[in-house]
Amino acid sequence: MEMSEKMEKINRMAGITERSLWTEITEGGFVYGAGNSVFFNTGDWRTKAPVWRAENCKQCLLCFPVCPDSSIPAENSKRGDFDMFHCKGCGICAKVCPFGAIAMTTAGREEKEGAGHE
Amino acid sequence: MSKRDRMSGNEAIATAIRQIDPDVIAAFPITPSTEIPQYISGFKANGLISTEFIAVESEHSAMSACIGAAAAGVRAMTATSSAGMALMYELLYIAASDRLPIVLAAVNRALTGPININADHSDSMGARDSGWIQIYSENAQEAYDNMLMAHRIGEHADVMLPVMICQDGFITSHAIENILLEEDETARAFVGVYDPPHHILDPAEPAAVGPYSVSPYVMEMKRAQFEGMARAGGVILEVAADFEKTFGRRYGFFEEYRMEDAESAILIMSSAAGTAKDAVDRLRGKGVRAGLVKLRVFRPFPAAELAAALSGVKALAIMDRSDGFSGNGGPLGAEVRAALYGRADGIRTINLVYGLGGRDTRVEDFENIYAELEEMKDGPTDASPYCRHIGQRENTNKGTD
Repeated sequence: MEMSEKMEKINRMAGITERSLWTEITEGGFVYGAGNSVFFNTGDWRTKAPVWRAENCKQCLLCFPVCPDSSIPAENSKRGDFDMFHCKGCGICAKVCPFGAIAMTTAGREEKEGAGHE
Repeated sequence: MSKRDRMSGNEAIATAIRQIDPDVIAAFPITPSTEIPQYISGFKANGLISTEFIAVESEHSAMSACIGAAAAGVRAMTATSSAGMALMYELLYIAASDRLPIVLAAVNRALTGPININADHSDSMGARDSGWIQIYSENAQEAYDNMLMAHRIGEHADVMLPVMICQDGFITSHAIENILLEEDETARAFVGVYDPPHHILDPAEPAAVGPYSVSPYVMEMKRAQFEGMARAGGVILEVAADFEKTFGRRYGFFEEYRMEDAESAILIMSSAAGTAKDAVDRLRGKGVRAGLVKLRVFRPFPAAELAAALSGVKALAIMDRSDGFSGNGGPLGAEVRAALYGRADGIRTINLVYGLGGRDTRVEDFENIYAELEEMKDGPTDASPYCRHIGQRENTNKGTD
């Protein structure tokens, strides 16, 4: 499912969007529905972006636990490409990588419009 | 049936809290409110209440614990004064914004500095913009009665706001007075059961409270918060009407004392109103048409109702027990004048800052104020001296002003 599609689903659940009237906002801004921060685009203000060079990657997984935003998905002992919907571009992963498999670039701003990565 | 007793304002508040038996009290001692959590811990030790009493390490933590408890859907209360309230400052706003109907017993004490432990209103007046309902009590009886009404106001579905019940430090909190107490069962039945529609410990409805709000949501939330405060006025009167029906004591937004044909009036809050009423009685005995309005509900501010009550007077002294240091008068002076503007124009007003740090204001002082109003009442309406401090030592030689 596309991120925007998921986002809409969550918003429909809560019945609240950025177009809601003040009478439709929950009392005190209560947020109903747990675990929905995953659908909120917090990757839109980074100035640098990591680029994964899969050809250099040994799957040592040193990068995965140091990411403060859980933006390196890992499954079955293998990491996948970055979750640019949440990556802040801090560069810690690039620093710990012994194999030059992560490069920090000023590119990657194209994701800022919220395309996201599955 | 009511029971006659005698006790201090702090004990009266503690008695109301025992009868309410709230789920959580988180408090830190500070003079002159210390006795309240002290009584509560006694009640708890003696098995008189089922309250979870949390002895926190600061007032910041006290209000934080109350916010957590209230978000979990229970009745949460605290008590504080002065610097303790100042340390809660950030959390006061959060409690109101999160729409958590916490009840706070405020025992008004001067806010440092200079450091002082006695009565004035600088602590709760500093929190006047925090979004809390504020109700002020003249004596122990009113403190007790106001506390019995507090939860029903704050927890009302149309309101959902925290409530501060204020009384003057030492003057009210520590003086022993006659009081009528209600039976535990009738008091508890009047306060009723709190059953919030949503809370964060409901497994059927996972929720988060107090989220970060991006710009597209803040104004909508604040507008909704405004609505809660705007609706609080009607609820305060509803609850007061039921209180009168149940217990026989009458309350409104304010008390009008001998105002029927008053030409000069004093507007004042809390304990000094009792002293000023004595001055009114003395002057009425001499044929002076003096009256008094004692403001009980400061938040929400009953502007239209106050203007209507004051519309017949010629001269008015607005008494502030704190100086907001606007350089333009105290907070009550500013709000009362704003209330009169366009509703009851032409009243000659003076704004007097009195009683700071527990300074006594005597019956004679109020007589002097009425004498000043009598001089003003037929004078020009645009020549009122704006704001003055009274009661401090100063050169009183005529002509030096």
